[in-house]
Amino acid sequence: MARYDRAITVFSPDGHLFQVEYALEAVRKGNAAVGVRGTDTIVLGVEKKSTAKLQDARTVRKILKLDEHVSLAFAGLTADARVLVNRARIECQSHRLTVEDPVTVEYITRFIAGLQQKYTQSGGVRPFGISTLIVGFDPYTGVPSLYQTDPSGTFSAWKANATGRNSNSVREFLEKNYTETSGTETVKLAVRALLEVVESGGKNIEIAVMTKNEGLRLLDEAEVEEIVAGIEAEKAAAEAAKKGPPRDQ
Amino acid sequence: MLDFSALEPPTLHSLPSSVEPHLFAAPSFQLPAVADLDGFQKAAVQMVKPAKGTTTLAFVFKHGVIVAADSRASMGNYISSQSVKKILEINPYLLGTMAGGAADCQFWQRNLGTRCRLHELANKRRISVTGASKLLANTLYSYRGMGLSMGTMIAGWDETGPGLYYVDSEGGRVKGTRFSVGSGSTYAYGVLDTGFNWDMSIDEAVELARRAIYHATFRDGASGGVVSVYYVGPAGWKKMSGDDVGELHYSYYPVQEAPAEAEMGEA
Repeated sequence: MARYDRAITVFSPDGHLFQVEYALEAVRKGNAAVGVRGTDTIVLGVEKKSTAKLQDARTVRKILKLDEHVSLAFAGLTADARVLVNRARIECQSHRLTVEDPVTVEYITRFIAGLQQKYTQSGGVRPFGISTLIVGFDPYTGVPSLYQTDPSGTFSAWKANATGRNSNSVREFLEKNYTETSGTETVKLAVRALLEVVESGGKNIEIAVMTKNEGLRLLDEAEVEEIVAGIEAEKAAAEAAKKGPPRDQ
Repeated sequence: MLDFSALEPPTLHSLPSSVEPHLFAAPSFQLPAVADLDGFQKAAVQMVKPAKGTTTLAFVFKHGVIVAADSRASMGNYISSQSVKKILEINPYLLGTMAGGAADCQFWQRNLGTRCRLHELANKRRISVTGASKLLANTLYSYRGMGLSMGTMIAGWDETGPGLYYVDSEGGRVKGTRFSVGSGSTYAYGVLDTGFNWDMSIDEAVELARRAIYHATFRDGASGGVVSVYYVGPAGWKKMSGDDVGELHYSYYPVQEAPAEAEMGEA
């Protein structure tokens, strides 16, 4: 096996592209990211590693705007994400210039996935070590979408998804608990999903909410704390209700 | 080699080469070794550029877009054809008109049709009139100064309703609700502007367009043949009529019975 995992362009005898699979490993080591699509709101959430005291937290951003109506969150190598996002931002403006229309979420996802695929089939390069969650609203119909891409260059649309560390547990939670939500309910669902694998507290998660009219808005720590507190309270109430009122003799 | 092309500043002279580069690559050729290049280039353009001998018009009204054109092709004083198709069907919901070089119009609008179809297949939705006209304008701009001669109108119906753009070989692109292009355009504007009413019915609009082109063919020597009128609505375009202008003349101005001249009577 060792002989087939060096060069990206070499298939292994059993049909694997090892470099791509190793890139997926890098993604699995990255911080958790979750995306939930509601009827009128889309929420992106990422696990925030505790910032060093002297570091300016605002410069460590894992939820990025591609255009007014499209945003992206990622898991994996931050530097790779920066390069990919720069290319995508240029493409968004280039599309506006050539066809006088903002990109659709599907178009820019296809572009990013295409770029990721190109780097799995070229000599002398390695794949991007990130999986992305791309969200946005269709510029004409206003329909919200959530897409995911991965280092192999595949992409698909989702109602809710997670990537990065412990993404399987988060996805399981979402599968069990997903319903069509809107507004703050969508935010709560995303936070609850993230809290499955992240230590509780506003310090450890970053949430961004996107609506058709207001675009992307990063929630500040206080708001996140509030939502987390609300969820904890609900959980406690549910536990108490389960235990039931003390049985009378 | 890493592909850094996306990071280069986008120039209007370059076309997207991600799809079928040989279809969309801008041309380049060696410059001729002449003393006065500017003068030579001007003379070359003048030689190649035929006068836009034609009348085409298009306007937006309440129910959609009307597109009309004559069908005469002239080479100087010689009428080379009376049956040229000057309204080009790019796809079932987009029309283009032809004024200027016939070959240029035909080729580039057919090329536009190809790119519109590729857009549909890639994006699973039709291209907008805005987008289609912009694709054509960008193509023509990259050939600016090389002798293309086109004054074309792109008319269609998309998600945002009726759309009408004027695109020319100088690289210009203008959105509007009423255009007439060609040597007979001034005559057509006269009739069109006086008779226009936003709330016209489709039949009234078709008749107005027909009359406008007819009057242009009456006065302009480079326009004639057959008036074609198309209507573009929510369901796409439909050819409404094709009438020979000679016959139209007599339907608008029937021959008056001349008062019988005094007959030469017997002396």
